[in-house]
Amino acid sequence: MEWIQQLVNGISLGSIYALIALGYTMVYGIIKLINFAHGDVFMIGSFIGFYAIAKWELGFFPALLLAMAVCAIFGVLIERIAYKRLRNATRIAALITAIGVSLLIEYTTIFFRGAQPAAYPEVIKNKSFDVFGVQISSTSILILTVAIVLMILLQFIVHKTKIGKAMRAVSHDADAARLMGINVDNTISATFAIGSALAGAAGVIFGIYYTKIDPLMGVIPGVKAFIAAVLGGIGIIPGAMVGGMLLGVVESLVSALGFSLWRDAAAFVILILILIFRPSGIFGKNAREKV
Amino acid sequence: MKKSKVFWGYAVLALVIYAIVQVLISSGVLDIYYQNMLITMCINIMLAVSLHIVIGITGQFSIGHAGFLAVGAYISAIITTKLMLPFPLAIFLGALAAAVAGLIVGIPTLRLKGDYLAIATLGFAEIIRIVFLNTDYVGGAAGMQVKYLSNWTYAFVGVVLTILVISNFTNSRHGRACISIREDEIAADAMGINTTYYKVVAFAIGSFFAGLAGAIFAHNFYIIQPTTFGFLKSFDILIYVVLGGLGSLSGSVIAAIFLTVVSAYLANFPETRMIIYSLVLIVVMLYRPTGLMGTKEVTDLFKFGKKGGTK
Repeated sequence: MEWIQQLVNGISLGSIYALIALGYTMVYGIIKLINFAHGDVFMIGSFIGFYAIAKWELGFFPALLLAMAVCAIFGVLIERIAYKRLRNATRIAALITAIGVSLLIEYTTIFFRGAQPAAYPEVIKNKSFDVFGVQISSTSILILTVAIVLMILLQFIVHKTKIGKAMRAVSHDADAARLMGINVDNTISATFAIGSALAGAAGVIFGIYYTKIDPLMGVIPGVKAFIAAVLGGIGIIPGAMVGGMLLGVVESLVSALGFSLWRDAAAFVILILILIFRPSGIFGKNAREKV
Repeated sequence: MKKSKVFWGYAVLALVIYAIVQVLISSGVLDIYYQNMLITMCINIMLAVSLHIVIGITGQFSIGHAGFLAVGAYISAIITTKLMLPFPLAIFLGALAAAVAGLIVGIPTLRLKGDYLAIATLGFAEIIRIVFLNTDYVGGAAGMQVKYLSNWTYAFVGVVLTILVISNFTNSRHGRACISIREDEIAADAMGINTTYYKVVAFAIGSFFAGLAGAIFAHNFYIIQPTTFGFLKSFDILIYVVLGGLGSLSGSVIAAIFLTVVSAYLANFPETRMIIYSLVLIVVMLYRPTGLMGTKEVTDLFKFGKKGGTK
């Protein structure tokens, strides 16, 4: 039963990774940029949720929606100010800018509120349900429900709406999409908005699950979510979901085996193995290199 | 004939700089604070130049350089404090260990390109750090006590050696091969250059000198801790290279000197320092993506005036 318990924990953790990974994979799919600042958007979302619940005494769902909305605007601002003029720059220049934006957000937050951690308020009564001998806490259920609802919503947006169609077209071939009359700039901004909103939601549920947040909390989950995106095949939306869940489960199992200090290393080992043996990821197709 | 003249010119210049600083230290004009700053400056120059050969010359984007710094620091610290062997040997073995780590990391990851390579090197640096964090022999998270052995002489010799080897490598046939990989990997491959071989060689040389810097870094302070060698350290090194100009050795040296002084004055305001660093990085990338010097060297600027003059 211990194992199933860990599996449940792993899936809760994994659903957080998956939500962050979706933003990475969508942005990478559309402009081929590793948005290092994505982990910090996640952090900002977590803090918005914290202030909304603790200071302005909003409920969980209003706080979640507020965090998502603020993060969406924030993501679009980052894209418009920093990344937009880098569309035709080299990959290295874009990557360095992304690292710079990430550090700027982290240290500006520290500058204004200090580096000390904040304790997340309890939003729901933490009860445990006994399902066939497995203890499932109400927080886990909440996290999983939020994550799954958001993922279904995302699938709906990407596959059934006009903007989703535009996003798929731009990620396939931006120039052809522009010729077909799609406003590429707005589509890219929309992608950033959706991805950042998901990261904001992940931030809030992360705060509720771990009860402690700080301005540098986005770094490790951000990198791990990127690993999850690579694991599932970067640019592929279901891949990010599966990759996130898989990574969460592996981490929980490594902890359960008694190697909790090596947990972070496990994610990086997975990354390196996947990059060496199957760089296109689980769901990826091999793309031929063009000269 | 002309080349050896230039070489001796630089040798004399290096000796003069060394002698002046040594005299200032011996006569007590430079107190311990400034001595420490000079040694830190030398370490940062070594790190900047060792990353320059990977990013600037070979065009392989590595953001895990602090990992090799950590290997050099820990291995050399083990040799001096646990095995009680002399410091110069420790420096050499620390650097060698870092080079071996560079080979182990480089052979699988250098098949990757661009973003993937960056993330893989970041991952390897984290793994190296976590290994040290979980090894009780080197003190784990609490850190490891190290003797204070570094001084200006070691640091300066290290810098001269690093610059000498890397500038000679750059101007050699192998260096040209590396530059061709930076310019266009597929074309270089088509011209018969063994791209993987040269990438791994450049990576190993870069790691070697990062390890050298690590050995001096470890013995410049009484304690080393795994947290010192995190992602932020890699980022610090990266900004020297980026600001100085991707592909300019003198640019990265100047950036390392300049930023060491800036960060020494901002030491009491670490947040402000990081905000300024990140803003500089963003602004440089947006308005001058090649860095301040581009691929030019300082010496190119002087040659400008002499165009039609001496041959």
